[in-house]
Amino acid sequence: MVAAVTEDRTERSERPVRTVRTSRPARKRETLVDRIFLIGVYALLITFLLAVLLPLVYIVASSLSSPGAVSSGRVFLWPVEFTLRGYEVALSSPKILRGFANSLFYTAAGTLISVTLTVMLAYPLSRADFVGRRVLTGAVVFTMLFAGGMIPTYLVVQAMGMLDTRWALLIPNAVAVWPAILAITYFRTAIPDEVREAGELDGASDIRILWKLVLPLATPMLAVIALMYAIVQWNSYFDALIYLRDESLYPLQLVLRNILILNTDGGGDATSSLERQQLANLLKYSLIVISTIPVMLIYPFVARYFTKGLTLGAVKG
Amino acid sequence: MTPAPLPAAAATRATADVRGRPGKLRKSIRRRWQLYLLVIAPLAYFLMFKYVPMVNGIIAFKDYNIIAGIWASEWVGFEYFERFFSNPMFTTVVSNTFLLSLYALIASFPIPIILALALNEVRGRLFKRTVQMVTYAPYFISTVVVVSMAILILSPRIGLATDILGFFGVPPTDYLAQPDFFRHVYVWTEVWQTAGYSAVIYLAALSAVDPGLYEAARVDGANRLQKIWHVDLPSIMPTIVVVLILSVGSIMAVGFEKAFLLQNPLNLSQSEIIATYTYKLGILNADFSLATAVGLFNSVINLVLLVSVNAISKRVTGNGLW
Repeated sequence: MVAAVTEDRTERSERPVRTVRTSRPARKRETLVDRIFLIGVYALLITFLLAVLLPLVYIVASSLSSPGAVSSGRVFLWPVEFTLRGYEVALSSPKILRGFANSLFYTAAGTLISVTLTVMLAYPLSRADFVGRRVLTGAVVFTMLFAGGMIPTYLVVQAMGMLDTRWALLIPNAVAVWPAILAITYFRTAIPDEVREAGELDGASDIRILWKLVLPLATPMLAVIALMYAIVQWNSYFDALIYLRDESLYPLQLVLRNILILNTDGGGDATSSLERQQLANLLKYSLIVISTIPVMLIYPFVARYFTKGLTLGAVKG
Repeated sequence: MTPAPLPAAAATRATADVRGRPGKLRKSIRRRWQLYLLVIAPLAYFLMFKYVPMVNGIIAFKDYNIIAGIWASEWVGFEYFERFFSNPMFTTVVSNTFLLSLYALIASFPIPIILALALNEVRGRLFKRTVQMVTYAPYFISTVVVVSMAILILSPRIGLATDILGFFGVPPTDYLAQPDFFRHVYVWTEVWQTAGYSAVIYLAALSAVDPGLYEAARVDGANRLQKIWHVDLPSIMPTIVVVLILSVGSIMAVGFEKAFLLQNPLNLSQSEIIATYTYKLGILNADFSLATAVGLFNSVINLVLLVSVNAISKRVTGNGLW
């Protein structure tokens, strides 16, 4: 009991409390009220856990079931008549594969562009000797408060000849304010000024200092903003919806939307129309899993740093 | 993790600031031209894609003509705003936007706080981590997928919801075909997706609570609930206020993405909101000026809301965004 309580406190803060705690062993045991309360807490958290988990498990279980079982609603939380048919159909559809490839490209290229521009913006704005940084930071932050809107932005994209090109998904939303603020804060607080001074003594230019000295020290932050940009890019469909007409340029999310929500045919070569209908149903489940796996693989890495980033922003920003 | 700025560093910063008083900018550009070079591209981006659209917003006051372009199009004053205000859709989309947002705010504001406070009581690290990681995960799932999942789960014949409700004797219904259910589906999928993420902010605030306060509460014989009420809640109040300002300030800024995906011809009477209406007017009907007027109307309301909520909060609680 004591050990558990001690650990509880250690998590909340650092060492000082622990010494205080251990110096008064078992001075006060949990009262009955506290115990009942704690049971309530656990019950609540388990409810939360199940509420989030059940829909996910249901989708995965369905995606591994037979078309007939899915279409007659026999699947609950475990695959019925296990088969990989849904995945076979999904991965043999040229439309879906092309969407997947497009999304990979948009995510890789978009993240590269976004991170580069964000660093180019954030590093100068983090430097105290950069005159004008207050005005520029203000101008950047202001765009969070007020925006021209959907149509005026569309007109800009149109005027630049980006409509119906891949650029439309890479450039118009390349820099987000939030990661920029995170980067500025990181450069200012986590990179000691001595690093720059040492570089200057060696006669390195500002760009060289950034490239050779500052960026290597900032890799955790770079990883976070890269992953955040990557997830946003992978998940977005809105820009593609308004800027693209050519289906061969569609990212996966837009392909998904057409198949899952508009119910257009996802392909497949089933013969009878009933089988076709059932396969189309099953396909939806496997598509959800396929499109979400990449994100689920990387989010634990983001989550860890993201918490730190939030704290960093809150405390030092 | 992050070392505090060293006194030496602070000193050099101070001298750097003092060094140039008159002609500060020119001197700085000469000395630091590479920094200015770096910043050009991102600034061009903000100029092009954020500030030019703000200027383009003037087409709300013009009769925009694609051939004449933005500048040569004729001024029409507030004609498009009047057209919007007198349109029967006006009341519908504004009230739909407002009600949807208010409902989302009321439902999704307290839940992350409760989740964070509950997690904070848990002793087992593994359990705590698991709950945190699992509840956090949906935040990273795309809107398209979340909406698809909702549609599949709520589907009248085969969905999970039908199974569970059927267990309690509720007959299967096609929820998404009923306008009344649109808001519930929207809001509760929102809660499902963001509660874990929003709780992280409060957990961070809770981890910064002065341990001395807990000691004091313990000495005073506080039970767990009293400790939450008298120590935890007041300690995270500044965070709560900031989050509340942000949510109230953006109450009319309901995103386009999810509402659009959940829309179908049957539920439009409640699911048509300002953002989706703008999209239909502008992108689908190419009525650029009217759509811009509608969008601008919305942006101005958002800005006014955010600024006033912030001002009120500053006066009342002393906490604000700026």
